Amino acid sequence: MTIDWHVAMPLIFAGLMGLSILIYVILDGFDLGIGILFAVATDDERDTMINSIGPFWDANETWLVLAVGLLLVAFPVAHGIILTSLYLPVFVLLLGLIIRGVAFDFRAKVPVHRKRRWNFLFFAGSLTASLAQGYMLGVYVLGLDRDLASFGFGALVALCLAASYAAMGAAWLIYKTEGELQRKAVKFLRLALAFTAVGMVAVSLATPFASTRIFEKWFTWPEIMWLAPLPIITGAMFVWLWFLTFRLPYKEDEHSITPFLTLAGIFTLGFAGLAYSFYPYVVPERMTIWEAASAPESLAIILVGTCFVLPTIIGYSIFAYRVFGGKATELTYD
Amino acid sequence: MDPLILSRMQFAANISFHILFPTITIALGWVLLFFKLQFNRTGDHAWMKAYFFWVKVFALSFALGVVSGVTMSFQFGTNWPGFMETVGNIAGPLLAYEVLTAFFLEAVFLGIMLFGFRRVSNRVHTVATFLVAFGTTMSAVWILALNSWMQTPAGFEMRDGVAHATNWFEIVLNPSFPYRLTHMLIASGLTVAFLIAGLSALRYIKGDRSASMFKALKTGVYMGAILIPVQIFVGDLHGLNTLEHQPQKIAAMEANWETRPNVPLVLFAWPDEDARENRFEIAVPNGASLILKHSIDGVVPGLNDFEGEHPPVAPVFFGFRIMVGIGMLMLASSWVGSYYLYRRGKLPMPMAYVFAGMAFSGWIATLAGWYTTEIGRQPWLVSGVLTTADAVARDVPGTHVALTLTIYVLLYLTLMIVYLGVLTHLALKAGKEGDDEPDPAVEDEPLSQPVAGE
Repeated sequence: MTIDWHVAMPLIFAGLMGLSILIYVILDGFDLGIGILFAVATDDERDTMINSIGPFWDANETWLVLAVGLLLVAFPVAHGIILTSLYLPVFVLLLGLIIRGVAFDFRAKVPVHRKRRWNFLFFAGSLTASLAQGYMLGVYVLGLDRDLASFGFGALVALCLAASYAAMGAAWLIYKTEGELQRKAVKFLRLALAFTAVGMVAVSLATPFASTRIFEKWFTWPEIMWLAPLPIITGAMFVWLWFLTFRLPYKEDEHSITPFLTLAGIFTLGFAGLAYSFYPYVVPERMTIWEAASAPESLAIILVGTCFVLPTIIGYSIFAYRVFGGKATELTYD
Repeated sequence: MDPLILSRMQFAANISFHILFPTITIALGWVLLFFKLQFNRTGDHAWMKAYFFWVKVFALSFALGVVSGVTMSFQFGTNWPGFMETVGNIAGPLLAYEVLTAFFLEAVFLGIMLFGFRRVSNRVHTVATFLVAFGTTMSAVWILALNSWMQTPAGFEMRDGVAHATNWFEIVLNPSFPYRLTHMLIASGLTVAFLIAGLSALRYIKGDRSASMFKALKTGVYMGAILIPVQIFVGDLHGLNTLEHQPQKIAAMEANWETRPNVPLVLFAWPDEDARENRFEIAVPNGASLILKHSIDGVVPGLNDFEGEHPPVAPVFFGFRIMVGIGMLMLASSWVGSYYLYRRGKLPMPMAYVFAGMAFSGWIATLAGWYTTEIGRQPWLVSGVLTTADAVARDVPGTHVALTLTIYVLLYLTLMIVYLGVLTHLALKAGKEGDDEPDPAVEDEPLSQPVAGE
């Protein structure tokens, strides 16, 4: 059997790009979420919260650079179309990321009386970046239109993505903290989950109606039969997690990482649903991954390296998470 | 408003702000490794003190480099879609390899370098420091390969208006790459040398005579004294390489309007682009012919050979002179400073003020040098392949770009003020506390990672 690289290569890179977006959303999701939760924490708790993400956030954000980088190198034409039509939201996202990124360091290094200012900026930057990501997702789902409906839908998704990041942040805190803050985090999680649920239902409902093509992809026999488990399992995980929040924290800190893993699972399933809806388009309804792809020879050069480097990256990332395993109280960020 | 000029200004603002921080982290990573190895070798805790101080500067600079770098990766798409559409097959893999081999390495091991000190063995911490330094340097290698390829493209062919790679060795090792890479790495070394010397001198002025301050001060001053002659030599080679591949850039740098022998070395002038001549010129007869062609009657190409397609003369001309001028100041100050530190073991107060004043001189020289080479490439984005005007996004309204540009500039100015303020604050604080400042992360965690002297 011979492989037609003109067909296979864009597919592989779409998969890689999807994978890095998913990893980004899960990993940067929790540290952006912790920034959002800054709004409801005390100053001491804020220090602990920063300590719980300090060693990780740089690497988490690098997955966004990789995702955008893959879009840039594998689908340059689509990269141009998507980013020019999302010019202002991208700008707001970057503004948020810049402010929160520097706030990590500034809040710990400025004279003590200025620390609160940077705490606020850390919150504001994290929230702005999350909202911008949600808005971009919403507008992208509706095919990058610039009418009122897509603005409204974008705003809805923005709020819900921010809520789901806050849920991730709370789940991460349950895993990384103990005592009072951990109990508070459980309450945050429950609240954020409610918003997240509304958001996921809204996106799931709007996606098929915004596009008849996607509607037909989901609601035709027999596809609907093997697609049905996707929303059902997601819903079940949600409900289970909801009830879990009434029992946490357990004695001996059992199940402290369960909420985070469950949420990561929910994100993965939701992402899989989105990916199925859009396939084979990279710009919804306008451009398929094959129309947008770079030359296979150039992609091959990247792929060869990726096969060696990506496992290495995942390996040493896991190593870093193990080094900083356990509760965050023993770390200081300065 | 014209999106082209606005997009150019925005890109210039972003990349000028961005380059400042990698310029620090590239070389500072290696200096931190040096501190760490010196500690491992001698067991002298003062080296660790120096490490702890400078790792904070590293973390801060790294964070600013990351956030402004993320901005860059989006700008290709938001403002310059034509770039990737035309040369994406070349630029793509180079950028991808930068992310894969450099960014993740830096980001992951930076966590261990900053916070893992008490959590991993001394050896693993040293290895983490090495990997971060290695990562920042790899990042420089890939991005300079791409930049050099844009200056002197090689190893490709054009098919239907799109560049396709034919030979990756020629692409990476394109004619200007070895020179540009060396020149930039040493520029980073000099920037860090003078930053370390400068902040240490500030501590010195405040009365700090601690061992760690002296260790850092000497490292900075000696490093500057060793690197600057090498840089002058490498810079000359880089200039000769540019003369061979981009003569119009050299003509603009020298403000040489006519191709002719016995070209003078213009020390100062006001290049008048309309009259195509220099006003108020002060020049050394035959100087440019001597430097560029190594003979007083060597023929140096002039701007008249490239009328209509050479870069604007004044910014290239002045950029080059600012860079060289700072280089001369660096040479003088680092050698005088080395003499005093080596012979007398201390620094006269006026010299301390000179170093404190030159703490960020490397930044200015680096920016001036980059302005020279980047503006010197205009009107091309990729020499002979793609003009800047053809790459810009035409769908984005000029008002949007004007808005984002304004906010970016305000944000960067604010961040710059805060960054400089924090660095000064850290130096003054360290200057007051000397070596009595407590080591990080010892309050609630018993020392799982012992440090000599504790």
